[in-house]
Amino acid sequence: MTEAIDATRAVGVTGYADRTILKDTLNIVLAKSEEESDIFSQMFDTYFAMPETRQKQSSDQDQEKDQETSSESPDFSARDGDDPNDVQATQSLMRLASQRSSEERMATLQRISDAVGVDDIRFASQRSYYSRQMMREMNVEALENLLKNRFEDGSEEAKSEADTLMKARSQLQSAVREYIDHRFEIFGRAATQTFLNDIVANREIGELDGRDLARMKVLIARMAKKLASQHSRRRRPRQRGMIDVPRTLRKNAGHGGVPFDLVLKRKRLDKPKVVAICDVSGSVSRYVRFLLMFLYSLNETIPRLNAYAFSSQLTDVSDWFDQMGFEPAMKRIIRDIGSGSTDYGQSLLDVKTQYWDQIDRRTSVIILGDGRSNQTDPRVDILAQIEQRAKRLIWLCPEDPRRWGTGDSCMLRYAPHCHSVAHCTSANDLAVALDQVLRAYD
Amino acid sequence: MSSPKPPEALSSIETISAALSSVGYISTRQISTAIHIGQHLRKPILIEGPAGVGKTDLARSLAQSLDYPLLRLQCYEGLDESKAIYEWKYGKQLLYTQILKEKIGDVLQDADTLEASIERLSGFQDVFFSREFLESRPLLKAMEQPSGSVLLIDEIDKSDEEFEALLLEILSDYQITVPEIGTIEADHPPIVMLTSNNSRELGDALKRRCLHLHIGFPQAEREEEIVRARVPGISDTLLTQLVGFVQGLREQDLRKLPSISETIDWARTLLLMHANELDPQIVRDSLNVLLKHQSDFAAVDGEIDNLVRQATES
Repeated sequence: MTEAIDATRAVGVTGYADRTILKDTLNIVLAKSEEESDIFSQMFDTYFAMPETRQKQSSDQDQEKDQETSSESPDFSARDGDDPNDVQATQSLMRLASQRSSEERMATLQRISDAVGVDDIRFASQRSYYSRQMMREMNVEALENLLKNRFEDGSEEAKSEADTLMKARSQLQSAVREYIDHRFEIFGRAATQTFLNDIVANREIGELDGRDLARMKVLIARMAKKLASQHSRRRRPRQRGMIDVPRTLRKNAGHGGVPFDLVLKRKRLDKPKVVAICDVSGSVSRYVRFLLMFLYSLNETIPRLNAYAFSSQLTDVSDWFDQMGFEPAMKRIIRDIGSGSTDYGQSLLDVKTQYWDQIDRRTSVIILGDGRSNQTDPRVDILAQIEQRAKRLIWLCPEDPRRWGTGDSCMLRYAPHCHSVAHCTSANDLAVALDQVLRAYD
Repeated sequence: MSSPKPPEALSSIETISAALSSVGYISTRQISTAIHIGQHLRKPILIEGPAGVGKTDLARSLAQSLDYPLLRLQCYEGLDESKAIYEWKYGKQLLYTQILKEKIGDVLQDADTLEASIERLSGFQDVFFSREFLESRPLLKAMEQPSGSVLLIDEIDKSDEEFEALLLEILSDYQITVPEIGTIEADHPPIVMLTSNNSRELGDALKRRCLHLHIGFPQAEREEEIVRARVPGISDTLLTQLVGFVQGLREQDLRKLPSISETIDWARTLLLMHANELDPQIVRDSLNVLLKHQSDFAAVDGEIDNLVRQATES
C-alpha cells in the first residue's frame, strides 16, 4: 500500500511522458531486489507494450480488412424473420469487429472482461472458459441467431451475408482470445507457477521426471533462501551469572561507579557445521542429489560443510563441489563412487579412522541412506560413538518406515542411536529436516 | 520539519547527472532518476550490485558535487547503537560526579530538610544526561548537520538484523530517540544511501522504506567514459581495447568478475607499463590486477589470446 502511494508520488515527480523514465521510476520504487527488478521489468513490458504492438498488428489487419470490405458487399441488411433486437446487437458487434482504432476496441474488451472477471484467471486451461464467457457477455448469440436465419434461407445473397457474419464472428473470437492470453500472462502465469511448485515440493523425489527436475532446482534454491533467512537472526541470549566487568563499569559510571545495573556476558552462538554422509548407491542417489543441492544452496548459513559419499567405501567429495561445480561433481560421484555394493559398516569405520576430527560437539551429522548394508556388520557401535561426539546426529531415510528392519535393513538397529530419524521423500521433507538441524544452532 | 530548499543541482535528472560528472562520476539515467526521486520523496536509496561498481563512490561523489559533508558508517557484525548512533561520554560523566561530590556540600548548605536537598539535586540530574555528555556517532551526526549532508551506510548486509531495526526510525522519520533526552530531529534531512552486497537477505521493513537501485556492470561505452574520467592521459586506442578485453572477460565463467574499480586499476597499470596497445604478453604480465583468484587465472589463461584478438580487432 505504501508502495502504491510512493509510486504515485514518484511518478508525480518524474512525470510519465517518457516511457523509459516511467519504467525506471516505478522500478526504483516498487522492486526491492534484483530479482524483483527483473520480474518488474518483464511485467512492465507485458502490461504496457500491448496497445502499441496491437496497434501495429491491427493497423496491418485494418489495411487488409479495408481492401476486403471495400471489395465485398457492405455489411448485411435486416430481413423478415430477424429479431430487431438481434439486428441491433449484431450491428454493434460488427462495428466492434471492424474497429480501426485498437484503443476503442481495447476499451470495449476491457469493459466486457471486467464484467466477466477475466482477471481472476489462474490456469491456462481456464482460457477457453473465459473466452466463452466474454463472447456470451458480448451477446454473440444475437449474431448467431441471424446467422442461423441466413443459413436457413439458402439464397446467394444470404450466403454472402452469412460469410460476412462468420468473418466478423471469428474476428471477435480471435480478438477475445488474444486479449485473454495477454491477461493470463499478467495474472495467471505466476499463480500457475506457484501451484506447480507446490506439487513438485510435495511429490516423492523418486517420482520426479526431467521437467520437474529443472523446476526443483529453482524451488530448492528458493526454499534454501527462506530457510537461511529464518535462521540468519543471530540471537545472543544472556547467560546467567557471568558479569561483563568493563561494560558494567561503563554503564554505571553515571551512578558514580556504584554497580546498579549489571551487564552480563553474552554468549556467541556457533555457526552451523555440517557433516553429510551420503549413501550414493542405486536408488538412494537421487535423494542425495537434492540433499546436497539443498546443503550447498545454504552455504551462507552453513559455512562449514563436509560432504562424504559412499557405497562400499567412504570418499570426501567436498573438494569436488568446490572445484568442479555442482552438476559435474554430482556426475562424478555417481560414476566413481555409486557403483560398489553398499557397506555401511565399512563406511562408518572410514569415518572413524579418517575423518574423526571433522566431528566435534559443534557438528551436526546428517546421514542419508536406506540402511541396507548387504548383510555386512553394520557397526552400530561407531554410530553410537558419533552420537556421543556430535551435536546432532540425524538420519534421513527415503524408505517407507514400514519396511525398516525387513531383509538386510539395519534401520531399526541404527535408529536408537540417532537424535532423530526422519522418513524423507520430498523436498518439503528435506526442508523440515534441515530446519531442525539449523534450529539446534539458534 | 522545516525543509530548506534543496540545492539547484538536485532539481532534475539532467542536473544531477551533470553535477556527478563534474566530479568524475559517470552516472546513468537510472542512477540519476533514483537520486531525483529519493530527494523528492525523502526516501533513502538502497544500492545493490557487485563489489566495485561504484556504489560507495556514488555517495562520495554526490557529497562532493553538492559540497555536503559525507558521513560514513561502515557496518559489520556486532555493530550496535553505541558505535552507530551515540554514546555517553563516560569519562566526562565520571569527572562530573567527582566534582559534584566535592561541591555537593556547598550546594546543599542552606537546604535544611531532606526534601529541599532532593529538590535541589534533581536539577543536576538533567545536566548529567544532556547533550553535553553525548558523543555523536555517524547517524546522530548526520541528523545534527546544520545544512544538508550525505549519510552513507555502507554494506548494511554485514550488520546484524537487530541493527536494521535500529535504523528504521532514522530512515523513515529522520529522527533519533535518545531515552534520557528525547527525540532529536534533523533540521535538514540527510540524503541517505545504503549499500549492500547481498550477502544476506535484508528485512522487508527496511526494504519497504527504501528505494531500490541496482547498479550492474556498465556497458562498454559507459565504462570507457568512466576510465577516461578517472585515468586522464590514456590513449583512445588502448582505452577501447582494454575495456573491450574486460567486457569479454566478464562473459567468462569466473569466480570473481572484474569490476569497474579493477578496470581503472588496470588502466593505471597499463599506463605505468607504457603500453600503447594490448598484446597477450602485457595482459599476462598485468592480469593479477584484474583477477583475484588463482582458479580464475587458470580458467582464463587459454582464452587470453582469443580475448585480446577480439578486443584489438573490434
